Amino acid sequence: MPTTATYTEPVLRRIDVTAPLVADGSAAGSDQIKIATEHVSIKYGEKVAVKDVTLTVQARSILALIGPSGSGKSTFLRCFNRMNDLIPGAKVQGQVCLDGENVTDQDVSVVELRRRVGMVFQRPNPFPMSIYENVAYGPRRRGMNGRRQLDELVETSLKRAALWDEVKDDLRRKSGLALSGGQQQRLCIARVLATEPEVILMDEPASALDPVSTLRIEELMRELREAYTIVIVTHNMQQAARVSDVTAFFTMADDRAGYLVEVGPTGRIFTRPTERLTEDYISGRFG
Amino acid sequence: MAQLTNTYRATGLRAAPSLRQRIDLPRRVVFGAAASMIFIVVLLLAFITWQGLQLFIKDGVSIGQILSPTWQPDSTSPNLSFGLLPFIAGTVYVTALALLISTPVSVGLALFLSEVAPGWARAIVQPALEIFVGIPSVVWGWLGITILVPFLSHTFHGGMVLSLPIAGDVFRVPGFLTGFSWLAGSLVLSIMIVPTITSVSYDAFRAVPQELRTGSLALGTTRWQTIRHLLIPSALTGVLTAIVLGMTRAAGEALAVQMVIGNSPSMPAAITQPVTTLTSQITLDMGNTVFGEPWQDALWTMSLVLLVISISSVVLVRVINKRRMGA
Ligand SMILES: Nc1ncnc2c1ncn2[C@@H]1O[C@H](COP(=O)(O)OP(=O)(O)OP(=O)(O)O)[C@@H](O)[C@H]1O
Ligand SMILES: [Mg+2]
Repeated sequence: MPTTATYTEPVLRRIDVTAPLVADGSAAGSDQIKIATEHVSIKYGEKVAVKDVTLTVQARSILALIGPSGSGKSTFLRCFNRMNDLIPGAKVQGQVCLDGENVTDQDVSVVELRRRVGMVFQRPNPFPMSIYENVAYGPRRRGMNGRRQLDELVETSLKRAALWDEVKDDLRRKSGLALSGGQQQRLCIARVLATEPEVILMDEPASALDPVSTLRIEELMRELREAYTIVIVTHNMQQAARVSDVTAFFTMADDRAGYLVEVGPTGRIFTRPTERLTEDYISGRFG
Repeated sequence: MAQLTNTYRATGLRAAPSLRQRIDLPRRVVFGAAASMIFIVVLLLAFITWQGLQLFIKDGVSIGQILSPTWQPDSTSPNLSFGLLPFIAGTVYVTALALLISTPVSVGLALFLSEVAPGWARAIVQPALEIFVGIPSVVWGWLGITILVPFLSHTFHGGMVLSLPIAGDVFRVPGFLTGFSWLAGSLVLSIMIVPTITSVSYDAFRAVPQELRTGSLALGTTRWQTIRHLLIPSALTGVLTAIVLGMTRAAGEALAVQMVIGNSPSMPAAITQPVTTLTSQITLDMGNTVFGEPWQDALWTMSLVLLVISISSVVLVRVINKRRMGA
């Protein structure tokens, strides 16, 4: 993992308590567990949006979250980098462990957590500044100032996001807003890569893009998988099938609370799902 | 057009002509109103410009004299002089200090309201600001005279000195004579322009899309970093516009300033000394002059200078906002 080389020691906790965690692994990637959730429930006020989800994500693999609208996929995704903290009334129960550390504890530094767990949003959201400054934004905020160092990081990040060739000539002059939608989304990915994360969360990253840009993003994800752990929410069944190693199917219970129906290797989920609900959903959309 | 209408008639499509008729009347009214509005504005500008130039054309006063510091406009005075520099400098200095005081407070308040304050705090502060705007200048001037001026002359009658251990006195200001002063004028103005700068910059901050804030926070930045490095740069043109609008309001305010400023037609020497401004001198003098005499022509010239200031700031706002579109 070349980009995470600068991390000497990932210290999330201000108070150092490390609870080792044992969970059963499944499928693909390495056999190291990157993320594990245990009995995670998320409420908005009184409304339960996600109910009792337990799953694990292997390091350097891609997990796809699929399921009908309102089944809590985005809500669940946001618990990995604690973006739910920003939503008034949102409450997360249960454990979310990153490398065995429970990140839902109040003494965990969200700033540090979000550097390790980056996020790409549904709508590309480049900042109104130059392409260069967009990518350098994260590193600058954690105190990287050296011109050479930044130049290098911006270049490698843009290269990894497969955007470098298209923008290298006016990095500093062109605003991030002046790019096409697909380019903007790759810029947002480069921006996340520049913070040198270990995990990248993507909430329908290609849903606002044309088919060609979508394929580029998918290719990119396959490449990034070599170095990063990726969790993606998608409504596009083909995309989940093409891109992911593991697929988790969410749906809503009668009380409209989202829950995990089943999770397993993508190939199996799409060919031989064990649950009736999964089969219905996949054949309805996929067949 | 008429032909087109006839064609519609001929083909039996009556909907189009009837649509035209309905649009026509309101259109005429709107155009008429707009035209007369423009006409009045142009007429006013032409009139003030014409009157403002009389001092040069009719009275033969030179630009050089206008820019001198000596103001002796009374025709009985032995050495008649129409130096407007004290007024121009007074307006610029009083406005500048007011902006210097008001901008950090107002922009800070706007940031607080837009980024930090809970809904209920916003619900209190916003109407409060609106009430603020509605308070007439004479009330501010009156508060200035009865509270601020005595306070200043009491507290700082010995002057102000800022001494540093090694550098010695880095800043020394003579004491107040009466409290009526440049500082008093700027303080009163700085309070009066708080609502303008606050509400315009507040709008600028709110106009920054929420998803940018979320995007920044998701990169592992603190809330303060997001404000400092994303929000303020993104809203900068709006904030600059707010400051220019505050400046225009401050430069144009007459009554409240005139009440606390001491009105001494000399070059501003220290913030504790009385000064005067274009607006306050115009209001003070206009009753003493006769139409057509050079003194009054000089007042018109001062109005013209004010007009140029406010037109420049309108242009400035436009330029600032053009930049934003271009970015
Ligand atoms: N900020 C919020 N405040 C209150 N309720 C919310 C909020 N965000 C989501 N919800 C509710 O939580 C439930 C799950 O929403 P979520 O956005 O996680 O679903 P999703 O699976 O991502 O749906 P979609 O596929 O449409 O994106 C929904 O019922 C939604 O109404
Ligand atoms: Mg969603």
